[in-house]
Amino acid sequence: MSKQLVVVGNGMVGHHFVEQWLASPAAADYQVRVLGEEPHPAYDRVHLSEYFDTQDPAQLRLGDEQFYLQERVTLHLGEQVIEIDREARQVITAQGRYPYDTLVLATGSYPFVPPIEGRDREHCLVYRTLDDLDAIQASAAGARRGVVVGGGLLGLEAANALKKLGLEAHVVEFAPRLMPVQLDDQGGALLRQKIEALGVQVHTEKGTRSIDVGEEYRLRMCFAGDDYLETDLIVFSAGIRPQDALARSSGLILGERGGILIDNHCRTSDPDIFAIGECAIWNGGHYGLVAPGYSMARAAVASIAGSSSVSFTGADMSTKLKLLGVDVGSIGDAHGATPGTLNYRYINEVEGVYRRLVVSADGKHLLGAILVGDNSYYDTLLQYALNGLELPANPESLILPTSSGAPVALGAGALPYEATICSCHNVTKGDICEAMNDGAVTLSDIKCCTKAATGCGGCSAMLKNLFENEQEKRGVQVDRSICEHFPYTRQELFHLIKVEGIRSFGELISKHGKGHGCEICKPTAASIFASCWNEHVHEPAHVGLQDTNDTFMANMQKNGTYSVVPRIPGGEITPDMLIVIGEVGKKYNLYTKITGGQRIDLFGATLDELPLIWEELIAAGFETGHAYGKSLRTVKSCVGSTWCRYGVQDSVSMAILLEDRYKGLRSPHKVKMAASGCTRECAEAQSKDIGVIATENGWNLYVCGNGGMKPRHADLFATDLDDATLIRYIDRVLMFYVYTADRLQRTSVWMEGLKGGLEYLREVVIDDSLGLGAELESRMQHVIDTYQCEWKTAVQDPNKRKRFRSYVNADQPRSARIQMIEERGQLIPAREIQEEEVA
Amino acid sequence: MNAAMLNEVKWQPVCSVDDLVAGSGVAVLLGQQPVALFWLPELEPGLFALAHRDPFSGAEVLAHGLICDINGELTVASPLYKQHFRLADGVCLEDTGVSVACWPVRINGDQIEIMG
Ligand code: SRM
Ligand SMILES: Cc1cc2nc3c(=O)[nH]c(=O)nc-3n(C[C@H](O)[C@H](O)[C@H](O)COP(=O)(O)OP(=O)(O)OC[C@H]3O[C@@H](n4cnc5c(N)ncnc54)[C@H](O)[C@@H]3O)c2cc1C
Ligand code: SF4
Ligand code: FES
Repeated sequence: MSKQLVVVGNGMVGHHFVEQWLASPAAADYQVRVLGEEPHPAYDRVHLSEYFDTQDPAQLRLGDEQFYLQERVTLHLGEQVIEIDREARQVITAQGRYPYDTLVLATGSYPFVPPIEGRDREHCLVYRTLDDLDAIQASAAGARRGVVVGGGLLGLEAANALKKLGLEAHVVEFAPRLMPVQLDDQGGALLRQKIEALGVQVHTEKGTRSIDVGEEYRLRMCFAGDDYLETDLIVFSAGIRPQDALARSSGLILGERGGILIDNHCRTSDPDIFAIGECAIWNGGHYGLVAPGYSMARAAVASIAGSSSVSFTGADMSTKLKLLGVDVGSIGDAHGATPGTLNYRYINEVEGVYRRLVVSADGKHLLGAILVGDNSYYDTLLQYALNGLELPANPESLILPTSSGAPVALGAGALPYEATICSCHNVTKGDICEAMNDGAVTLSDIKCCTKAATGCGGCSAMLKNLFENEQEKRGVQVDRSICEHFPYTRQELFHLIKVEGIRSFGELISKHGKGHGCEICKPTAASIFASCWNEHVHEPAHVGLQDTNDTFMANMQKNGTYSVVPRIPGGEITPDMLIVIGEVGKKYNLYTKITGGQRIDLFGATLDELPLIWEELIAAGFETGHAYGKSLRTVKSCVGSTWCRYGVQDSVSMAILLEDRYKGLRSPHKVKMAASGCTRECAEAQSKDIGVIATENGWNLYVCGNGGMKPRHADLFATDLDDATLIRYIDRVLMFYVYTADRLQRTSVWMEGLKGGLEYLREVVIDDSLGLGAELESRMQHVIDTYQCEWKTAVQDPNKRKRFRSYVNADQPRSARIQMIEERGQLIPAREIQEEEVA
Repeated sequence: MNAAMLNEVKWQPVCSVDDLVAGSGVAVLLGQQPVALFWLPELEPGLFALAHRDPFSGAEVLAHGLICDINGELTVASPLYKQHFRLADGVCLEDTGVSVACWPVRINGDQIEIMG
């Protein structure tokens, strides 16, 4: 019979242990049994807060669904281990007893709730598990205000979650500043300022003495004196404690302040029992991060498999976080606890940035650092600290702003082979180079075989940088040309066209390309011409550049007919306009359908019919809907404060304003928008490239979401904006996208590809870090000022109308040659198009 | 007397130069046969006549495709499923077993004539 390996706890570290174990050669000798108290299989606790966005536990799942179905593993969920019988070598649960030869405890931590009178009242909650989040969500229903006790890293994350749930969020911290563990006074003060600006109220040096029933809100928190704060719910986030209950009751040796004592091989005082992750204490220390837990898991696997080569010898506690959208970084000895340290500090109160370097007494090495407001400095500083690299002669240059705006970066090339790139999975630069030597050619190959960047994701930018650097070293040309005719990216073409004022494809290709162009570069150039100069698509210089949909300003359907989509801004339409659409549809025998974008599509028109149909629609006041263009499609709206009892702003007017403003803008890919009248979000704004959601004080702006093939929720970009600021930000975001995206790149992919991502975009748009703001706005204004309804121009111009002839030598209407059949009272294309004899 | 007469094939006027669109295509009917005419005035030869019907979808759409230079060969990309047909002989680059008919074509004065 094979030996029994039992793992208690199916959290992040327990799961990582099982993964590593099954990949080890010793796996064949054991049967593994995993006992987890939570009802869910292991999930990504680090990204727990995303559960509020997705509401789908499966999205956080670690490993695929098949993982625990393997023969060598049995997983018991919802089964708590209540006792260890060390004598009999069995663990005991309410369901039964399970024998073990080797036992691994990975029981994690539990949230510490200070012993305050009244802490057991309803609506007093914690923030650690999926079930906790469900409880918070339930409690938030009908609540107005929420308080987080604890201003550390988790507390601020919880405050953000409360805010997202639509509550007025407060943070109550006992210490004089926020994040006392990671930050110093200046850093804490700055963070506080930024967080308060985002609408979270911070109360420091406040100890809660009791929690009573409230008068205006459900609960009242009483502080020293007569001071109190009322709230509907309280989330305790005042630290974590190792979950050592089992170890305690079974007599294992614990640390002075709790936690299961382990040696360098993660063995406890009982040689058959190991402990890993947050429940363990090593060298007096308790690690509340996932990376050290993963290192422990690897050491335990090696040790159980009989090797003593891998050991756990402490871990780096540096952290890089984004709290309520504010960058915070803390590296190594951030408080300068090492004797004789020297400090460099840079403070910029205007931009809300603070950076501190803690340097060794001889000035040669970086021991620690603190960053608030801009984490683009983090990777380089971390590498200096972790790898003991010698500092440059002027260490301050590492934190001072540069004229280019980008920090002085330590190129991946300068890193030693042993430098750790990914601390979650302990992947070094050497491992990555080796993977490339072994044939990994893409970034995803590397992620797949080394697991780098698949944990917390913090090392992704570094990894990409290293990868590209190595590729270049190997002489691999990273070819980003758009096609064989132009050795340029779309972005480069955009600059050439704009800077040189190029207005035709002929000029562009003779100056910068070769050959005659193709279906990739021609429409790309046409789109850039339109973004820059906004001339009609039928200008002779542009005719040959367009896809058929753009040429005929309609979408070609499978049988060669076209569809007609008039603009219905914001989805608002009068009964009279509806009747016009109905009449036109009837007259031309068009199939009509409500689209997914809150408008009406008329299908089955021939080329000859298009101008006739549009003449009638334009006479009734309709404009083109650009359903054919890589351009703004629709701005979806909900009915908002006009009718809806919950609406707090007029979302229909906002949607119409946005649609009228941006209609006709040509962009790298289509752009969709929506406006909702309150947080219930009936317009699904968070699934759009640009989404606005009404708040009591204005609008929250979301950017870079989409549905389609790879859905992505939009990110919250800025909150409580007035109309003018909202429009200014959208102008800038959109134009920056037009300037810099690749062809056929939706905003989501574009933003994720920007170095620095969302934060960078915020800097460009909100802080105007590139000084481009005014130019982006004036470009947009030009597009808006030169807007024309392309269809209106086309039907009025006999020359342009000539294009809409099915056959230039026949008056015969094209419909005679197309087979249609009837279905549910409308005409649709015949299922199989047959060659047809025309009489 | 000549080959055209023997096969009852002759130059037939189909439209005028004004009907063409430089850099793009238009469709004409040659009798009952739909034909796509592509015109690249800067090239020699610059006029091509291919069947208008796309063999992959069965729809009459080729005249509305984009003209593409693929490794130096001029083609038209079907607007529906994007296969490329060589302007010179109608052969489909993605599937050389498939091709569309093509006709000799010329400009005669201000008339476009197809041999058919
Ligand atoms: C008509 C409509 C379906 C319907 O009957 O409801 C439709 C029809 C087409 N969609 Fe769509 N989409 C329609 C709403 C959507 C939506 C829903 C929405 O807008 O709220 C989505 C997902 C949301 C999104 O885009 O973020 C959607 C995601 C796509 C995609 C995938 C885009 C992506 O980024 O993954 C494509 C393919 C593409 O653009 O490359 C696509 C492409 C198309 C094309 C253009 C495919 C084609 O080339 O023939 C279809 C022809 C439109 C036509 O002939 O008028 N359609 N399409 C909808 C028109 C809305 C409108 O009023 O303009
Ligand atoms: C909101 C949030 C954000 C975080 N952000 C970060 C971050 O940005 N970076 C970072 O490094 N870390 C972060 N962390 C910490 C990280 O999640 C933990 O370090 C990690 O989950 C520890 O893994 P673990 O397996 O030791 O403990 P856990 O993941 O807590 O797993 C322990 C499991 O054991 C189960 N268990 C306990 N006792 C028993 C028993 N007797 N019988 C059966 N099962 C039992 C528990 O129910 C639990 O499921 C965050 C944590 C939270 C809550
Ligand atoms: S989003 Fe809000 S305001 Fe808009 S319709 Fe829905 S409930 Fe009403
Ligand atoms: S450091 Fe966490 S994924 Fe690499």
